[in-house]
Amino acid sequence: MKFTDEYKELAWQGLWKNNPGLVQLLGLCPLLAVTSTLTNAIGLGLATLFVLICSNATVSAIRQWVPKEIRIPIFVLIIASFVTCVQLLMNAYTFGLYQSLGIFLPLIVTNCAIIGRAEAYASKNPVKQASFDGLMMGLGFLLVLMLLGAVREVLGQGTLFDGANLLLGDWANVLRIEVYQLDTQFLLVILPPGAFIVMGFFIAIKNVIDERIAQAKPKIVNQEISRVRVNFDEK
Amino acid sequence: MAKTLTIAMSKNAQLLALFAVACTAIVAIVHLLTKDEIEFQQQQKLLRNLNSIIADNSYNNVIYQDCLILPSASLGTATAQKVYRARNNNTPVSAAITTIAPDGYNGNIELLIAINIDGTVSGVRTLKHQETPGLGDKIEIRKSDWINSFVGKKLANQNDSRWQVKKDGGMFDQFTGATITPRAVVKAVRNTVNYFNSHKNELFDSASNCHIETSGKESL
Repeated sequence: MKFTDEYKELAWQGLWKNNPGLVQLLGLCPLLAVTSTLTNAIGLGLATLFVLICSNATVSAIRQWVPKEIRIPIFVLIIASFVTCVQLLMNAYTFGLYQSLGIFLPLIVTNCAIIGRAEAYASKNPVKQASFDGLMMGLGFLLVLMLLGAVREVLGQGTLFDGANLLLGDWANVLRIEVYQLDTQFLLVILPPGAFIVMGFFIAIKNVIDERIAQAKPKIVNQEISRVRVNFDEK
Repeated sequence: MAKTLTIAMSKNAQLLALFAVACTAIVAIVHLLTKDEIEFQQQQKLLRNLNSIIADNSYNNVIYQDCLILPSASLGTATAQKVYRARNNNTPVSAAITTIAPDGYNGNIELLIAINIDGTVSGVRTLKHQETPGLGDKIEIRKSDWINSFVGKKLANQNDSRWQVKKDGGMFDQFTGATITPRAVVKAVRNTVNYFNSHKNELFDSASNCHIETSGKESL
């Protein structure tokens, strides 16, 4: 396989085909809990993206020295250290956002998408590809978070980018868009059950699109790509 | 056979220990680098809160350093609370007291209440709560200015019956669909003002015994 094809495949897998949010359904806890506004969603998404790239790169860099018996505790150590660093950095430099993300920032440690990528991909592939895989998986997760956050914020309180100054500083107050005026907020969408419902719709829409694509395509001989994703079914 | 197993095990243990040390070192370095900034941010946040309810030209002491820990029994809260004292040339001006309303709709509501020396409320802020979004969260200044309805109010006597929500015959509005939250807040503010009125002198006379360094709460 050509070099660029490999990256294309990684991007396709992370952003669509194996999207951690929509397909693997990993990390649902933060996904559903913090997406009540777009700003929170972006904050958590970026933090996860950063941790995922760093942990993938590190795991891949040390893969030769780590015996397979103790690989899991070492992955956990690496991920936990990066999450703690991100937490400290966000506490220092994006204090308001840190406060509004609350417990879900340290909970990135428990996001199975991260250890899943470390185990399934990064521990078997070179640093470059592993980092790229981290980037794409992280982006896929971030996009789902943003979409969920945007839909819930618009439906729930009729705004977009409410509280963007917490993430980006005071100038970001101008980003706030009042889509329409609500006398009372649409509670269901803001509370966790709403997140489940919206998420369900997203997954359904993705499945419909996939089906359409499959139907539209004339059946060509399946170009089986032998290398990619060896053990997805394990988890 | 057993020997090779032992060797492999001790090798793995060493490797694991090495990783633990390395990871801890990285976290420790980041902690050292961000420690001062985090402390500064917490100080700023406290100061912002204090200055939003006590006019910053009314006092000239370093208010977050002039802090007193109240034993938990005095306000009836589960944990010890703090008083920040504002003075102008050493004359007491007002005090900001943290307290907890334990009977919110969804657990504790943490409040910061500033009271002028004459017993009028200078301002109230909600520091932390888990009330229902859209209903009970109107106690946040971001969402509604209800919390400002305390400003300038005074307790006529210990059992002033006006210090209740309107539904209970008092003077404070409740929210549509949420009475429990404002009721809890009104009650906590009333208790605090009561406490302040009866302990004014000792509150201002006691020596400062907490600083921002120790009060910088690690909030998860």
